[in-house]
Parts: sequence; C-alpha cells; structure tokens
Amino acid sequence: MNRGLIAVIVAGLGLLVLPMVLVSMGQGFYLGLLTRIMIYALAATSLNLILGYGGMVSFGHAAFLGIGGYAVAIAAQHGIGTAWVAWPMALGAVALFATVIGAISLRTQGVHFLMITLALAQMVYYVFVSLRGYGGDDGLSMSRRSSFGWEAWWPTRGDTGFYYLVLALLALALLCAHRLVRSHFGRVLIGVRENEARMSTIGYPVYRYKLAAFVIAAVLCGLAGVLNVELNRFISPSVMHWSQSGMLMVIVIVGGLGRPWAGVVGATVFLGLEEVLSHYTERWQLPLGLLLLALVLARVAGWRLPRDTGKSLQHV
Amino acid sequence: MLWIEQLLNGLQYSLMLFLFAAGLTLVFGIMNLVNLAHGSLYMLGAYSAATVTALSGSYAIGLLGALVFMGLFGALLEIVLIRRLYRQDHLTQVLATFALILIFNESVRIVWGVQPLRYDIPAALSGSVSIVGDLRYSAYRLATIAAGVVVALLLYWMVSRTRVGMWVRAGASNREMVQMMGVNVRRLFTAIFSLGAVLSGLAGAALAPLMSVQVGMGEEVLILAFVVVVVGGVGSIRGAFIAALLVGMVDSMGRAWLPGLLGAVLPAHIASDLGPALASMSVYLLMAVVLMVRPMGLFFPGAPSLLPKWLRRHPPMAANAAPGRASA
Amino acid sequence: MNRITRWSLSFLACMGMVAASAAELRIGVMTTLSGAQAVPGVDMRDGIELAVKQLSGKVGGQQTQLIVADDQFNPGAAKQIAERLVKKDKVQVLTGIIYSNILLAAAPVALESGGIYLSSNAGPSQYAGEQCDSGFFSVSWQNDAVHEAAGKYANDKGYKRVLLVAPNYPAGRDATTGFRRFFKGEVIDELYPKLGQLDFAVEIARLREQKPDAVYFFLPGGMGINFAKQYRAAGIPEKSILLTSQFSADQDTFAASGDAMLGIYNTGHWSTDTDTAESREFVAAFEKAYGRLPSFYASQGYDAIMMVDAAVRAIGGNVDDPKALRKALSDSKFKSVRGKFSLGTNRFPVQDFFLRVVSRDAKGRLYNKTESLVLSNHSDAYATACKQR
Repeated sequence: MNRGLIAVIVAGLGLLVLPMVLVSMGQGFYLGLLTRIMIYALAATSLNLILGYGGMVSFGHAAFLGIGGYAVAIAAQHGIGTAWVAWPMALGAVALFATVIGAISLRTQGVHFLMITLALAQMVYYVFVSLRGYGGDDGLSMSRRSSFGWEAWWPTRGDTGFYYLVLALLALALLCAHRLVRSHFGRVLIGVRENEARMSTIGYPVYRYKLAAFVIAAVLCGLAGVLNVELNRFISPSVMHWSQSGMLMVIVIVGGLGRPWAGVVGATVFLGLEEVLSHYTERWQLPLGLLLLALVLARVAGWRLPRDTGKSLQHV
Repeated sequence: MLWIEQLLNGLQYSLMLFLFAAGLTLVFGIMNLVNLAHGSLYMLGAYSAATVTALSGSYAIGLLGALVFMGLFGALLEIVLIRRLYRQDHLTQVLATFALILIFNESVRIVWGVQPLRYDIPAALSGSVSIVGDLRYSAYRLATIAAGVVVALLLYWMVSRTRVGMWVRAGASNREMVQMMGVNVRRLFTAIFSLGAVLSGLAGAALAPLMSVQVGMGEEVLILAFVVVVVGGVGSIRGAFIAALLVGMVDSMGRAWLPGLLGAVLPAHIASDLGPALASMSVYLLMAVVLMVRPMGLFFPGAPSLLPKWLRRHPPMAANAAPGRASA
Repeated sequence: MNRITRWSLSFLACMGMVAASAAELRIGVMTTLSGAQAVPGVDMRDGIELAVKQLSGKVGGQQTQLIVADDQFNPGAAKQIAERLVKKDKVQVLTGIIYSNILLAAAPVALESGGIYLSSNAGPSQYAGEQCDSGFFSVSWQNDAVHEAAGKYANDKGYKRVLLVAPNYPAGRDATTGFRRFFKGEVIDELYPKLGQLDFAVEIARLREQKPDAVYFFLPGGMGINFAKQYRAAGIPEKSILLTSQFSADQDTFAASGDAMLGIYNTGHWSTDTDTAESREFVAAFEKAYGRLPSFYASQGYDAIMMVDAAVRAIGGNVDDPKALRKALSDSKFKSVRGKFSLGTNRFPVQDFFLRVVSRDAKGRLYNKTESLVLSNHSDAYATACKQR
C-alpha cells in the first residue's frame, strides 16, 4: 500500500468517527460546517473535471448548484417529499439544462466561452428571481428534508445521518471522477485540453467529448446543489450568482487545479479559513484575496497544469 | 410624454454604461486583459468623489479630485500589478482580478466603514428642467446625459484622429514594431489603463448621487459591461457605444414597459418581478443571438461593415483579424 | 479522599457549572448592519445596546451576553448566521431582524429548536395568522397595521385616486394589502420596485403620467431616502400629495434626506415627542449616548430588551426554561415607551396609531410632530386565524 492510500484511509476513518466525538462534546454545530465543506468539495471536484482536466473555463457552473437545489425545493413545495423521486428529477433537470447550455456554449472558445456560460447562467439566475411563486429573490424554504424511507436505521433527517449520507456520496463521486479521468474518455479530454486541433485532426469528435464532460460535471454539481438545499432546507437565487461561480473557481485553484484532490483540499482550506478567520474579524475576505493573489502571482512564471496521468499521448 | 421620459432614462443609463464599458473594451482589446476589478474602479470613483466633496464642500472639486485620484490610482495599479498579467492566459487574469475585487471590497469597508456614504446631488442641479409641454426632468440626469455624450465624442476623436490614438491602435497590433519605432509601449499601456480607470470612476461618481455609495456597487454593473464589450466587439469604442445603447435601452425600456404589459394579464406584484427579470434576460438573449451571428461582436476591429456597400466610406478589411486590436 | 467524597465533589462542581451557565442570559441580535439598507439596523442595535446598558448589563437581573451579528441583507446568509447563534452560541432569545424576507428565512431556526424569536421590527402576516408559533412574539407591530392607519387617514381626507409604491417582498405586499383594507377610494396603480433598488426613474415617470391625488409609498431604509430625493428633484406637481409611513419618515431617513421630507404626513406608533415618562427617559438617554435622536427602530429594540427584562424577572431568572420564558413573555406586563401596549392572542401588539407631520423642533432638527389619533386599540387582521395559544 502506498502512502497516499494509507493517508486516505486514515482520513476516511477519522471522518467516520468525527460526528460521535463532536456530538458528545456538545459541538453539534460543527457537524453542519463539515457537511457544508463536503458539499462544496463535491461541487469543486465537478468543476475541476471540466476546468482542470478539460480546460474549459466556465463562469456559470454555480447555475447547476441552483437548478439541482431548486428542483428539490420546488418538488417539496408541491408535496413530493421522498428523495427517491425528487433527487432523480433534480439530476435529470440539471442534465437537461446542461445539455442545452453546453450545446450552445461549446461552439465558442476561450473568452467567448467564458462570456456565454456567464450570460446563460445569469439568465437562469434571473428566471429564478422572477419566480414569485417560488420565493423569487427571498428564497424558498423546505419544511423538512426529503426522506429515503429508511429513517429507522439511517436517519438522514437528522444532522448526523445526513453527514454520513453526504460523506458516502462524496466518496462515491471522488471515486467516479478518479476512474473517469484515468479512462479512455479522460485521456481524450486531457488531449483536447492540450491541443484541440490535433485531437480533431486525428479524428476525435471533440465537440461531443467536451459536451459529455460538461454534462457529467454539471450533474455532479447538481447533486451538490441537491445536498446543499437538503442541508439548509433553504435556497435562494444568490447561490447561482456569477460571484459564486467565481468562488468555486477560487476553491479549485486553491486546491490545485487539475489534481485529483483539488475539490476536497480547496473546499477545506477555503471554508475552513472562512470559519477560523471570521472569529477574529468580519473582514476575512481581505487575507483570502491576498492569498489568492499571491498564489496567482507565484504561478505567473509558469501556469502549468500537471500531466499527472502518466501515459503520454503518443499512444493515441 | 411618458415615453419621452423613459427614453431619457434609457439614454442616461446607456451613456453611463458606455463610460464604464469603454475602459474595459480598450484594456481588453489593446492589452488582451480580462479585468474583473473594473467594477472596483467604478466603486472607488464614487467613494473618492463622495469623500473629496465632503472634505472640500464643493461638488465640482469633489468630482475633479476623484478623476485625478482615479487616474493616479489606475496608473499605480497597472505598474505594480496589472502589467504582469498581459502575457498570461485569461483564466489567470480572471483569478488575479477576482482576488483584487475581494481585496478592494474589504479595504473599502475597512477605510470607510460598512454604511453608505452621504453624497448628494449638487444644489445647482437638484431641480428639474422643463423639457416639452409640462414634462419636467431631473436636471442632474440631464447633466449626466450631456457629460456622457461629450466624453463619448472626446474618446472617439482621441482614438481615431489623434497621434496617441494611432499609437494605441498600432501598439496593439504589433508591439515590437512600434517599440522599435520609438514609441514607449509600456508607458502607453499604463496611460490606457489609467484612462479606463478615470472613465470608470467618472461613471461611478456620476451615478452615485442617484443611487448610493456602497461596497459592491461595481459588481452589479460589471456583468452588463462585459456583455456590452462582447456584443460591441472587443477593442472597438464605436462598438461599445452602439452596444451600450442597445443593452441599456433594452434593459431600461424592458423594466419600464414590461411590468405594465404583463400587468394586463398578471397580478401587479408578479408582473413587477417578471418584468425586470425578463428585461434582464432579454439582454443576455441579445448577447447570445449576436454571438451566434457574429461571434466576434458587432464591430470587432477588422469586421466587415454592417452597412450596405453604397453607404460605406472605406472598403471592408479582411475578416481574419484576431483579438488584441483596437479601433474606433 | 474516598470515592464517595470524590463523586459528590464532582457532582457539586458539575451542578455549580450548570448553575453558573444557566444563570447567563444570551440574547442574539441579528440585524442589517451593512449596505444601503443598514440605517434602520444600526439604530436597532444602538437601541438594544442602550437598554442593556440602562439595566447595567443584567437583563432581568441575570448576567447578559449580547451577541450582535450582521445579516448582510441576505436571507441565505441570515439563515446560516441564525444557525450559528442558536446552535453554537446557544442564545435563548433571538431578535433584531429588520426586514420581513430575512425574518421568514431565519426565524424558523430559533423556533424549531424550541427557542424564542422576539420580533423588534418585521411582522409578516404569516406569523400573525396561520403560521403563528408559541415561540414567536412581536414587540413592534404587524406589518399591515401602520399602513392600515395610513389607508384610514387617506380615506378620511377624501383622496379619490391613490397610487401605491412598495418594494416587492412580503412586507411590501402586506403594506398595500393593509392600505387597501381601510382605503375605500380608487387605487389607480401599484408599483413594486425590487427590494434594494435605489434608482426610481422608471417609477417616477409612471407615477407622473397618472397624476394621482396622493402617492402612498412604503420604502424602508435607503430606498425611501433615495425615492424622496429623486421625487423632489423630478419636479412632480404639488397636486400629488406624498403620504407615507414611519418607515420612510423617521430619524433614520431625516438625517440623509434633509428637507426633502419636510411637511410629509405619515402614520406611526411612536415618535420622539410621545408623552410618556419611559419615552422621555429613553430619548434623553439615547441622545446622550449617541449624539442623535432615536428612530422608532431604536425604540423597538429598547422595548424588546425591556420586555425580556420584565419576563425574566417574572420567572425568577430561570432563563433556561423556554416554556416558562414563553409563558412569561405572553403575560407581559412591561411598560413600553409608546404608552399603551398589550399583546393580543397571537402574541402581536394591540396599540394606538397616530398621524404625524414632519416638522422642525426648537433646535432646528427634523422630527415627527404627533397630530392626531387614527386607530385606537388596534390589533391586526390575522389574529383570528391564529389557532395556537
């Protein structure tokens, strides 16, 4: 067993035991914080997929957080309180939106892609702001978490049960992302990032690969959005604002763009810093901004994405 | 009468949007820099104007002081930080300037506090002016319209008719050649960024008495400015002007008329939410449509003219110009 | 020492710790402290802090810890901050929220864990009626009430065609509903600008077009300041009378809007010239502490603390018994600065509403001069829908 795997196992065991420790210390509040970190880790991992591995700079990724979350909240408002119906509905809605948004945006490149994803995400934002029936700008509350019907032995309606659910889903998502990146699909994606013209010339349907990656990442982010609304039992359009997309990007960068653990590390550092710093000052965004700037300037000499997957592309 | 007033409102909004977006398009077009912190310059313009006005007691001195401050601040920022970003990819620029937003917002909060500053319309302009019939319009708003038109004309003249403007356009196409010909490109870029900061600050200071001087005021307008830049064609002042008119009018008129139109079929408070939201959405729809038809924007440098042949003054240029070129 | 002694000592120590922490009263104050809509929030916080200081830091005779937080005028952020206050800081009473949309997002956090939300401002109809909760109290008013008074005044004055302006959020809709309930003339149009909107060019143009007899506007905080200034600058003919409520015409707006407000009639429940001993004492203390006159927001914050003070005294300082505290609050016998005050069956106040006009006092400052009584012993329209007691 290599060091990395041991570290992961130890961390995983720690996370499994942590709730019991926290609750017994009367610090149940931190359970909520950890759950939030894990949800953002999931969202950031999904962004890392298209940004880090795919090289697609999308400024509208937070829209999928919102769509996933709102789908569940709206379903709850209409009486659908069971997760087996609400969650797939939400993920399906996200997949649909992502296909449409991706189909339009991926016809452009570079900064125009950035602008179009941003514009489309803002459109989604304004749609939800205008939906008075679903709270509009003031947001939508859910009176209870969706239930899986197994409250007796896994009480996901409670804080601890939900924490384990999120942990399990995050682990699953990380595993999937890991396998995806190392698969043939992942290789092609990285190849497209490196040199799209060459991949296209060789004969790969580049557009289709990018679209597929885009949708997969969106669905993962949608799942994060679902978990987010279940955690807070509240969602508002501000979760989809372009500044949230920016924050997600910052998280991925801080965690190490293009590295497998970028989402987890980034979310932990970012949200952890926020929590720690806000004890001392309300002005925590200043040190965060300075840190980010320092990171960027340090990399300015060579902004290199890691070619960590090992095999070279000459086999292609 | 109502439509005249709404038209003036739309014009006011469009012109201020143009001032804000002009700096952005110049910087984007000439230096190939995506600057998210442009909104912070807008905010700093408002804050400095409010502060100098409060200190000096005169609106005019306050405004002038703000413009001078923004010019110096822009130059300083460019020299210290921005020039390191020119050769980087857009993602790096986005991240660095996003970090700047965080830094500026918090710094302003620390220096000036979290509550909005008091910044009033100057007494001379606080009344209303008779426009047509019994329609009166705020004198201050008219003044901003006038200022916007004047600055737009000055900009156009500067970029297309002066030597400096020529250097600007040339420096973007071929930096090395221009340097060899004796033009100090570094200083030029600093000057351009500084100009962008001044324009942005002017827009912020002009709108501040109508709105409120508060942290984060720039981010709301920033997205619209990017839409204007992309629709107009990166680097084109003329494009920014036309696009600002388009975007500003669609947004303003939408907010003015849609609630009324929708109110005929929907209850008032639903129409009031849906109306502005639809107006905002239509702006993005406009952008998406323009990008489908003209992926580089309406007036990107080197674009074939939109006018029919018999109206054109010059023959159309080759359509394969890359971003990084500026034009009038 | 032997095992029994050790056990009993530890037991006593634990009881000591429990007793010590039980004696502490923790009050969470979450209000809007940043942005253009922050002026009411700052007053609210100042009023609350003044009251705690007047009580020498011991509300109800118990050592009090006041935890102040900024809701950033964002319902999502407010919910998270409320969670922190309720679950981490373990406050027994949460109070301070100014805006109804934020209240609707954050109050459930306190109520669901059996705690108490004492509203020192926002009073959405939901909590007064169907969704009333035994832990939800109001020391201010129900949202519709102040506007009902304005509607009655407009009706009595014989205005025929009135135009309404209110922000598009729960309290804004409560406002127009309340006004309509008592105004029997014609409401020619209702304009709902977005909450937080600061440029009213569009609304003013539409308003000018329709030439109403009176314009009734409910625009709290920075919105009201800007509207008043832009309205005056736009040169709307004097024939359209401006009528408003205390939300746009009180000390928080006077400072910023200057003479734009002079002469405007408005309705409210308290003013700096209210003639009770408690009010005079409060106004003098506030002026001494902060160098300015208090707005009604500050008076409500002050009243909130005094209400908690009376309730805690009534249960002998036993602040960790939420049930007892709730009962004590609903049987509340405290003396409010506004004079006549009692709680209705839905735990919302029953009180008088007055007509005031913005005037200048002897020192040249703007204030609300109370003119006449408009509604007496007024409860709210939703009390009957509240089934909980």
